[in-house]
Formats: sequence, C-alpha cells, structure tokens
Amino acid sequence: MTWEVITSNLPALLVAVPLFAAFLCPLVGRISPGMRASWVFGAMVLTAAIAYILAFIVYSQGTVIYVFGATTPDLSVPIDSGGIPIRIMFTVDAMSALMEIIAVTVGLGVLLYSLSSDERRSGLENYYTIFLLMIAAVLGMVSTGDLFNFFVFLEISSLASAGLIAYRVEKGVAVEAGLKYLMVSTIAGIFFLFAIGILYGQYNALNMAILAERIQWTPLDKIALVLMVAALATKCGSVPLHFWTPDAYSMAPAAVTAMLVVASQASLYGLFRISFTLYGVALSYVTIGWVIIILGVLSMVVGVTMAIPQKDIKRLMAYHAVSQTGYMLLGVGVGLAVLGDQALLNSYGYTAMEGGIFHIMNHALYKGLLFLTAGAIIYRIGTSDLNRMGGLGHRMKYTMVFFMIGSLAIAGIPPFNGFASKFLIYESVFLFSPVLAIIAMVVSILTLASFVKVFHSVFMGPPLPEHDKVSEVPFPMLAAMGFLAILVIISGLFPQVFIQNLIVPAVHALTNQAGYLGTVLGGA
Amino acid sequence: MAVISPLSSGFGLWGPLFWVLAFAIAFIIAFAIWSLGTASYKKGTEQGRPYLSGNPEPEKGAVHIRAGNLYWGYTEGLKGYYDRIVPLHTGIMTDYLLWIFWVTGILLILVVVI
Repeated sequence: MTWEVITSNLPALLVAVPLFAAFLCPLVGRISPGMRASWVFGAMVLTAAIAYILAFIVYSQGTVIYVFGATTPDLSVPIDSGGIPIRIMFTVDAMSALMEIIAVTVGLGVLLYSLSSDERRSGLENYYTIFLLMIAAVLGMVSTGDLFNFFVFLEISSLASAGLIAYRVEKGVAVEAGLKYLMVSTIAGIFFLFAIGILYGQYNALNMAILAERIQWTPLDKIALVLMVAALATKCGSVPLHFWTPDAYSMAPAAVTAMLVVASQASLYGLFRISFTLYGVALSYVTIGWVIIILGVLSMVVGVTMAIPQKDIKRLMAYHAVSQTGYMLLGVGVGLAVLGDQALLNSYGYTAMEGGIFHIMNHALYKGLLFLTAGAIIYRIGTSDLNRMGGLGHRMKYTMVFFMIGSLAIAGIPPFNGFASKFLIYESVFLFSPVLAIIAMVVSILTLASFVKVFHSVFMGPPLPEHDKVSEVPFPMLAAMGFLAILVIISGLFPQVFIQNLIVPAVHALTNQAGYLGTVLGGA
Repeated sequence: MAVISPLSSGFGLWGPLFWVLAFAIAFIIAFAIWSLGTASYKKGTEQGRPYLSGNPEPEKGAVHIRAGNLYWGYTEGLKGYYDRIVPLHTGIMTDYLLWIFWVTGILLILVVVI
C-alpha cells in the first residue's frame, strides 16, 4: 500500500523532495557541517532514486500523468471541467524522463564534488539551499505539462542560478556575472510570460496538450512562438544570445557551472517541447527548423572560434559549451525542418534528432566532467589563468586522466560518447545538407585543437617551481570526476544500448504530438 | 546483443567495441615490434640531456610554452574574422539585452511577416 502511494505520487515527490530538503537545509546546517552534508547528499540520492524509478515506469509502461489536487493523480480532465484540463499537471513522457535522468545523474556527481570542493567556503547553508532549489526547478521544467508552470520553474531556475553564480563574490566580478545572468534571464522570462499571455488570451488554457489541440497558427500564435523561441534560445546560450555564458560559467564555482549546463539543457528541452509538442505540424516547421539550424551553426562556429584564443580555462570551456549546444540544435533542427515529410523523417530526420538528443546526454556528462576538472585545477593552484599553468600532469595524474577523457569526448574522438552522437549527426545531416555536416566536422577538429592547447598548457611540460606544493585533489572530488568519466566511457562503448533504450523512445515521444494529446486529453 | 551490436546511422555503422579490439591488436603488434629492439638507453647519462647547441639549459619555468603563445599563427591568419567577432563580446549588459531584442525582431520578421 505504502509502495503504491509512493509510486503513484512519484512526479510530485520528484520536485517536493529537493524543495523540502532545500528549505530545511539552513536549519539542519545549524546542527553541524557534517549533518548538513549528509542531509543535502541524502536528499540528492533520494531525488535521483525517485527520478530513476519514475523513468523506469515511463520507459516500461508509457507516459505518466500527475494532476495536482485531483481526486486521482491521473484524472487529467475532470467531469465538471468542460472537457479541458484545469489543474496543474506533470506529463512525464520518455523525453521528460530522459532529461530527468540526465539532471539527477549529473546532479549526484556534482553534489559529491561540491561537498569537498566548497567545504572551505562560508554561507554553505544558503549555497546548498539554492543548489537544491535549482535541482527542483530543472526537474519541474522537464516534467510539467503546463505552460505557466514551466515559466514558474524557469524563473526559479534563473533566480537560483544567478544566486549561485554570484556566490563566490570574487571582488564583485562574480556578482556582476550573476547580475548579468539575472537581467538576461528576466528579459527572457518576460518574453516567455508575454507569449503565455497571448496564448491564454486566445485559447483560454495553459495546459500544453489543450493548447496544442486548439492552436491555429494565427499571427498572434506566430508572435508567441517567436517570443518563446527567443527566450529559450537565450537561456540555452545559443549564438547570438550567448553573451552571458562565458561570464556566468567562468565566475560560478565549478560544481555550479556543471549544473548550469544542465539548467541550460532544460531550456533547450523547453525549446524542443514547444516546437514539437505545442505547435507541432501546425507551425511553419521548415522556417522554424531552419531558424534552429542557423542558430545551431552559428553556435558551433562562433563558440569554438571564440574558445580557441581564450586564456581563462573556464571561459574557454564556456565557449565550448556554446559550441556543443550548436550540435544539439543542428540535429533536432534538421528533424524539425522535415517534420511534415514522413519519408524524409524516416530517412534521416529521426536519426538527426537521435544524434541531437543523444548529444544532450553526452554533453551533460563530458562537459560536467570537464568543468569539474577545471575546478580541481583551480582548487589546487588558485587561478584559472592558463598562462600561469603548466606541468600539472606530474602532480595531478588522476585529474589529468579525467581531463583527457572529457577532452577526447567533446572533440568527438572514438570510442568516447561524443563521437557516437556526432556520428549520427554527421551522417544524417549530410543527407539534409552536406555543407552543414562539413561545418560540424570542422568544428570538431577545432574543438580538438582547442583542447590540445589546454592539455599542453595545463598538464604538459616540466613541473613548474611555483606549483611545487600542488598535490592531487581530495578523494570525493576524484570520485565525482571518476563517476562522470566512467559514464562517458560506458556511453561511448555501448552507444546502442543508450540509443535503443533511452534516446529512440525520447525522440518518438517528442515527435508524436498525437500520442501526447491522446495521453493527456484521452477521449476528451 | 544490443550491448555489442554496432550503432547504425541508417547509412553507416559504428562498432566501438570492434574499434577498441582493433586498437588493442595494433597496440600488441606495435609493442611486440618495439620489444624486439635493443635497449641502449642508460638513465642518468649524457643520453638523457637535451641538446641545446651548447647553450645552458634554461630554468624549468622558462621552457614551458604558455597558453598565450599557442596558436598565434591561427589567430593571426584569421585576424580579419577575430577583429570583427571579438569586439562584439563587449561584456556590457545592455549590449546583451540589445542582442536579444535584435534577434527577436529578426525572427518576428522571418516568421510573422514573411
């Protein structure tokens, strides 16, 4: 009976557990730092367990609906509601479940790392409270089936991220980065809210399924779509809306930066969800598909070319995060551009989307790993300036190995996971447009060149006298990096397992608008 | 069998395990050839010292090529591109917001008007 109650309320628990843990964190932190660490890590483990069980249910039994305040959690359309969903609803399909798996997996590794790397800092009650709020917000964003609810979680995510970016202060520079992020997010949030207002004014609903059923592609619907695309492209750091990313990613603590990648991907998820599920074939999919492709190509090229001359390790990696987002936009954009043509979709559209979505997962793992290795280096030598680094391979051997794994993965070198997703993108995009595939390959070569530079600058060369006292980072930080490194290797060696079991169902959930509407609205 | 089956893009196959196997075989062959050689290196002798045309060996910190000196040729070759793209990254918040408005405006024209 208890197990049944738990399993039937998993979507609510997914957000409630980190929220509850976040609000009690300052209180628990007063007992002792050890108790606080146990509390936060325990909450994260529990959240991860909930997400994994929920994902298992979704992948094995189909989409899970959770209606807040209903007599039964799956009662999406009450009898007296006039045939429409009127309550806040979580709609967890395979795409949502995949994003949840990514968020909690990276979250677990990052939190383990953070418990050690940020141990010496003050104000940790606030830090972990905001950190857990960020986790709850990301999980809410990828689970909700309600447009306004998505906006609420987007705002929580923005506020929590801004607080965490500014956490270290760094003579005001981190605060400036946090403020920039907050302002950009606020404008994006206002755009999104305005778009919701337009849709609500026309269709008198906020549920994505009922909106998708009623949407007409009127000029107002087009304006709403543009506002949402602009808002979410900004939040996911797509060029030319990426300017906040190098500032925010470089100034946030390493663990936070790794989670910011996941938060950006939740916005990317929002962009895909709105394009495919909310608008679907109703929209001018060729135009919007090409808009996403162009944003993707710009992100790939500008991101990598801006990364190469950088002299700050985290700023360099931030530009690479922008560049990698481009691959995801390119893959899914190609799928969207051929959405209305089933033959082309079968020929290469689905494969391009599988590549793009697999890249979301891979990027979260290897980029998280790379930011953690950057954090480990900064933790030991106290600077992020590449010009002041060198010879660290003699003293930080494990960190060097983890860095190599992350670097080879991001550069798309076999047999790491970055290659598997890029392989799918290259081959499918080539059929759509050979020029785009060639650009994607050149960007990978430039990425490798950039990381060769970082590897040489940081780890190669003789041991430098100024780093005489440098030693390897504490075990929990190594364990966290090792955890992500192992996942990078496993998903690289066995990509077919991930593609078949996680990615293909996610792609079909995203493209099957009729299935989504049928699940939520039933026969209504 | 999905564990070892190659990844198919619909047009090509990628089998990471076969690739690793091929790599391992190549490594074993290379190692076997290498081990057939004569070990003539003597640690701690003149063999281990760098040949610097008779110049004294510089300090350890001086021989490491720092990040700022790498890829000079690349950035110099693409100077025209970098002279345009770098100044766009002003670091000024109002510029960031202007970019959002510009892009939104262009998208509105593309999607709503055209």
